Amino acid sequence: MFNFEKIVPSIPYILEGIGVTLQIVVGATILGLILGILLALCKIGNIKPLRWFAAFYTSIFRGTPLVLQLMLIYYAVPQVFDIQIQAIPAAIIAFGLNSGAYISEIIRAGINAVDKGQMEAAKALGIPYSKMMKDIILPQAMKNILPSLMNEFITLNKESAIVTVIGAMDIMRRAYVVGGSTFTYLEPLLIAGLIYYVMTLVLSFLGQMLEKRMRRSD
Amino acid sequence: MIKIDNLKKSYGKNEVLKGISTEIKEKEVIAIIGPSGSGKSTFLRCINRLEEPTAGVISIGGVEITDKNVMKMRENLGMVFQHFHLFPHKTVLENLTYAPINVKGVTKEQATKLGEELLTKVGLFEKRHEFPNRLSGGQKQRVAIARALAMNPTAILFDEPTSALDPEMVKEVLEVMKSLAESGMTMLIVTHEMGFAKEVADRVLFLDGGILVEDAPPEEFFSAPKSARAKEFLEKVL
Ligand SMILES: Nc1ncnc2c1ncn2[C@@H]1O[C@H](COP(=O)(O)OP(=O)(O)O)[C@@H](O)[C@H]1O
Ligand SMILES: [Mg+2]
Repeated sequence: MFNFEKIVPSIPYILEGIGVTLQIVVGATILGLILGILLALCKIGNIKPLRWFAAFYTSIFRGTPLVLQLMLIYYAVPQVFDIQIQAIPAAIIAFGLNSGAYISEIIRAGINAVDKGQMEAAKALGIPYSKMMKDIILPQAMKNILPSLMNEFITLNKESAIVTVIGAMDIMRRAYVVGGSTFTYLEPLLIAGLIYYVMTLVLSFLGQMLEKRMRRSD
Repeated sequence: MIKIDNLKKSYGKNEVLKGISTEIKEKEVIAIIGPSGSGKSTFLRCINRLEEPTAGVISIGGVEITDKNVMKMRENLGMVFQHFHLFPHKTVLENLTYAPINVKGVTKEQATKLGEELLTKVGLFEKRHEFPNRLSGGQKQRVAIARALAMNPTAILFDEPTSALDPEMVKEVLEVMKSLAESGMTMLIVTHEMGFAKEVADRVLFLDGGILVEDAPPEEFFSAPKSARAKEFLEKVL
């Protein structure tokens, strides 16, 4: 039933997709993290227009399909702004903007879960807002945030497979290409699945290690 | 030193403080007592603006507190909470040195030296490298007092500092507060410890329903309260 022999020579080609996938996922995570922190600060702050903006942003990106956002950025941006955009940067931007919305919610919830007394104690000592956030609130919020953030990262790693629709040469796309050229789809797809699964396991393991380290001060 | 003039605070339609005026002199120790919900915490928290007053003027050392100078004022006005609110991710010593270093610009060496002195004073020098969750309630509250002192404040606000403690730990905290009072610190203390108020306070403020009902020396207040409400309250608690 299976015929892996036929595609063995193509395995290194599929494995190279790991680099592309990681590039997209890491790039998007960094962008998403920066955006997420900024949006979360807007959400917990007192400036109404910024709160509205952050809420609106989040609802748009959570309320529409990711694949739509991806295609809009890849196809619509060149049309509107008259610039060329490559598949990988387009994917990084789309995933980054999208996960910024989710990450901002994760961070907001993590900050809100910190005991209100911490903020009051900091205020009563005259600690300015930015230092209070950076040194008192966020380090405590990190304990709540980190597990969810790791989940988001893992989800992103799997979901990044949809970049195949804009032709980025990630793991998924390469498996599909190999399938097309050898006329055997099942085996390369199974190999792609195995690669994603192993990556997820590794990321989960790293996440658990990180959490353990964070817990040491308790 | 602290002058409070017609302080009012409402939450929506609920008027919690109904125009409180009083003046606290330097080195005075004030006990604030009254039934639960009478506005004692709100009163304290309006002084350092953890709550925004609805009306009234508060001035410290002749300077009116406004939104602009509130941060500066807080540097010199300590606060001790019922539930301590120590920073759990910082060691005991770091809890004491963070604000002096980051708010007042004191050097790390100086802050550490002062922090260690204060910890010695409250009997917790050996605990300086522990994290707060390794301490008992009484120890936590002593650290919280030392943290307030590390800013070298001109006055300290205490909001029921012993109410969250197991009975056997109340004394060690009251001892620290007593020696602080003897050293001449200006203190405003919301408390249910009537014995402590009687012994240590220079004046008792009795709040009920957001009104400052009595303002008298403890001897007078505890032996001959003027108002019916204070009499009723004292009968219940003594
Ligand atoms: N943040 C708040 N929002 C609405 N009502 C409040 C708030 N804080 C206190 N109150 C109300 O104000 C009244 C006085 O509260 P408080 O000052 O805590 O009393 P006390 O410390 O004397 O027990 C209570 O009726 C309480 O319900
Ligand atoms: Mg209270």
